[in-house]
Amino acid sequence: MSAAGGLDAVGVVVGLGRALAAAGLPVGPDRVAEAVRALAELDVASRADVYWAGRLTFCASPEDHLRYDAVFATLFSGARPVQRRRPTMTVQTVPLAVEASGTDDGGEDGEEVRALHAAASRTETLRHKDFATMSAAEKAALDRALAAFGLPGQHRPSRRWQATSGGRIDPHRTVRAVLRGGGEPYRLYRRGHTTRPRPVVLIVDVSGSMSPYADALLRFAHAASRRRGGGRTEVFTLGTRLTRITRELSVRDPDTAMRAVAAAVPDWSGGTRLGTLLRDFLDRHGQRGTARGAVVVILSDGWERDDPAELGRQMARLARLAHRVVWANPRKGRPGFAPLAAGLVAALPHVHDFVSGHSLAALEHLARVVVGADARSVGPIREVRADA
Amino acid sequence: MPDLDKRGLLPAGVDSPAGLATRLAQVRYLADDGLATAAYLGLKLHRPLFCEGDAGVGKTELAKALAAVLDAPLIRLQCYEGIDASQALYDWDFPRQLLHLRAAEVTGAGDHLEAELYDRRFLIARPLLAALETTPAVLLIDEVDRADDEFEAFLLEVLSDFAVTVPELGTIAAAVPPAVVITSNRTRDVHDALKRRCYYHWIGHPGFDREVEIVRLRVPEAAEVLVRHVAAAVAALRGEGLLKPPGIAEAIDWTQALAALGAQKLDPALAAATLGAVVKYREDAERALAMDLSALVERAVAGT
Repeated sequence: MSAAGGLDAVGVVVGLGRALAAAGLPVGPDRVAEAVRALAELDVASRADVYWAGRLTFCASPEDHLRYDAVFATLFSGARPVQRRRPTMTVQTVPLAVEASGTDDGGEDGEEVRALHAAASRTETLRHKDFATMSAAEKAALDRALAAFGLPGQHRPSRRWQATSGGRIDPHRTVRAVLRGGGEPYRLYRRGHTTRPRPVVLIVDVSGSMSPYADALLRFAHAASRRRGGGRTEVFTLGTRLTRITRELSVRDPDTAMRAVAAAVPDWSGGTRLGTLLRDFLDRHGQRGTARGAVVVILSDGWERDDPAELGRQMARLARLAHRVVWANPRKGRPGFAPLAAGLVAALPHVHDFVSGHSLAALEHLARVVVGADARSVGPIREVRADA
Repeated sequence: MPDLDKRGLLPAGVDSPAGLATRLAQVRYLADDGLATAAYLGLKLHRPLFCEGDAGVGKTELAKALAAVLDAPLIRLQCYEGIDASQALYDWDFPRQLLHLRAAEVTGAGDHLEAELYDRRFLIARPLLAALETTPAVLLIDEVDRADDEFEAFLLEVLSDFAVTVPELGTIAAAVPPAVVITSNRTRDVHDALKRRCYYHWIGHPGFDREVEIVRLRVPEAAEVLVRHVAAAVAALRGEGLLKPPGIAEAIDWTQALAALGAQKLDPALAAATLGAVVKYREDAERALAMDLSALVERAVAGT
């Protein structure tokens, strides 16, 4: 790893690593060491060898490759760095002082009960309030309500085994017991298949017509993707482009996650090309396995700028791949709603459940549908006027 | 990991990625610069190779080609959901243990029975253990994205030390770590910790000339004109936005089918009859038939 012909593998790799880290690739000392080791086996003076040694060690996905290629070109050919257009989504953060009012200085019993009552009814109102009409303070309260949220998929039998009291004989444990007991078969152990939650795929429409809901729905997606108890959740946004934001949502703090999402999604409040983007999703992710056997939830109002027939075709494809397709339309919660948006009309025949998603209660309802309850049997959503 | 050897698993006479590419070409696998470099480094530094790419681009073939170049057995672990240590690593041969126990009872030799029962000869080596115990070996961990994440953690442990601990026996370590190829179709993201252990390489669809080369290598009996036609048609099909764009594996299948029918060039009637070799959905077949294949082939061939 010493200087070779005036060029030093360590220097080259460290320089490259810094530039990559600045471009957002996860470059740790272990990867730098790995790249140095790889380059030491190759020719430091060869641009192609430096390129491959770095690419093999610093990248972990095709998306990384795009960034790597850009950084490498900048660094080694003096090309101008590509400036990414900054997105224009604002993250609302509110200090956590709102809910604490009324319960702070103890006081008399009656006072406290009344305060509790007020808080409870406030929560109840919040549960049913349309996201589009919420104030910043209410959104903060919503955040806390969402934090406790999980979105496990419907359960299905898995191939893993677990000990059960009835069912098939477990040869491993039975024979182990026989061996322990000196050859006497005194007890038969049984086993059965465990169940696992199905993967859940959330597709959030972030186009202009959905902008009053985008923030709340993405926060919902954040809470849902941090679910406990196994099972995967994948989250995508749709607008004029398809963006996978599962990684951005994987941090714990909702505001940090929202900032990461804002930086990753290039098409806030643009138009909608649902059909084309759904095809993109199915080609690049869905058909490979992301949508297979999954519960796919589309959160959109169904306003389609392009040909609705394409959306219909892609929805049919999705319905064949997925275990269940749920369409959540926040506008469904409005009084007098009728599914007239052309895209929605084309999509609905291929949708298993059509629900709203405009309030916390509606999202709770959605979660129950995702876990496998019938949309009709879990009861309708109470409508609350915007001024309630 | 101790680097006992300077050459790693590299075959004699190979001292550059280009040298390895030549050897791979001799066993009818054409690797581009990136893949050759990845395989070279992987063999030399004992790093697993993590290959991602669309179905049918030759991820699994790479492992087979490496095994041929190294003249080593290919040990394959096909991943699936719920795969666990007893299917991937080792299992005890319970029936034989019981038999041994019975025999020991009859002969009355029961002093060291406990130690005897958990002897190496009663251990069934599954692919991972078999790969550690075979030198040299090529271990193919196929479609790791199908296994669940518990399995990944377990794989990480085996691949970082190239050793396995059997509680009743002790640690079994590889004398020389096997060459490891891990493939994934990207149905989900494999954990970064596992990728960090490996060289990551994305295998894409080949360009026209390379595809012609590959198909000619794989189907030597096919006429060159036919191969060029097929490559052109397959490239055009990929641009059509099909549900399942054909990979190099489909191009090879199609050429084989056409050659078996004695075709010298791709004519529309034969193409339609053998379409099942290259497109795998009814919708795709309809679109392909709607395309004017002969015009398309002519245009593509004229263009090259």
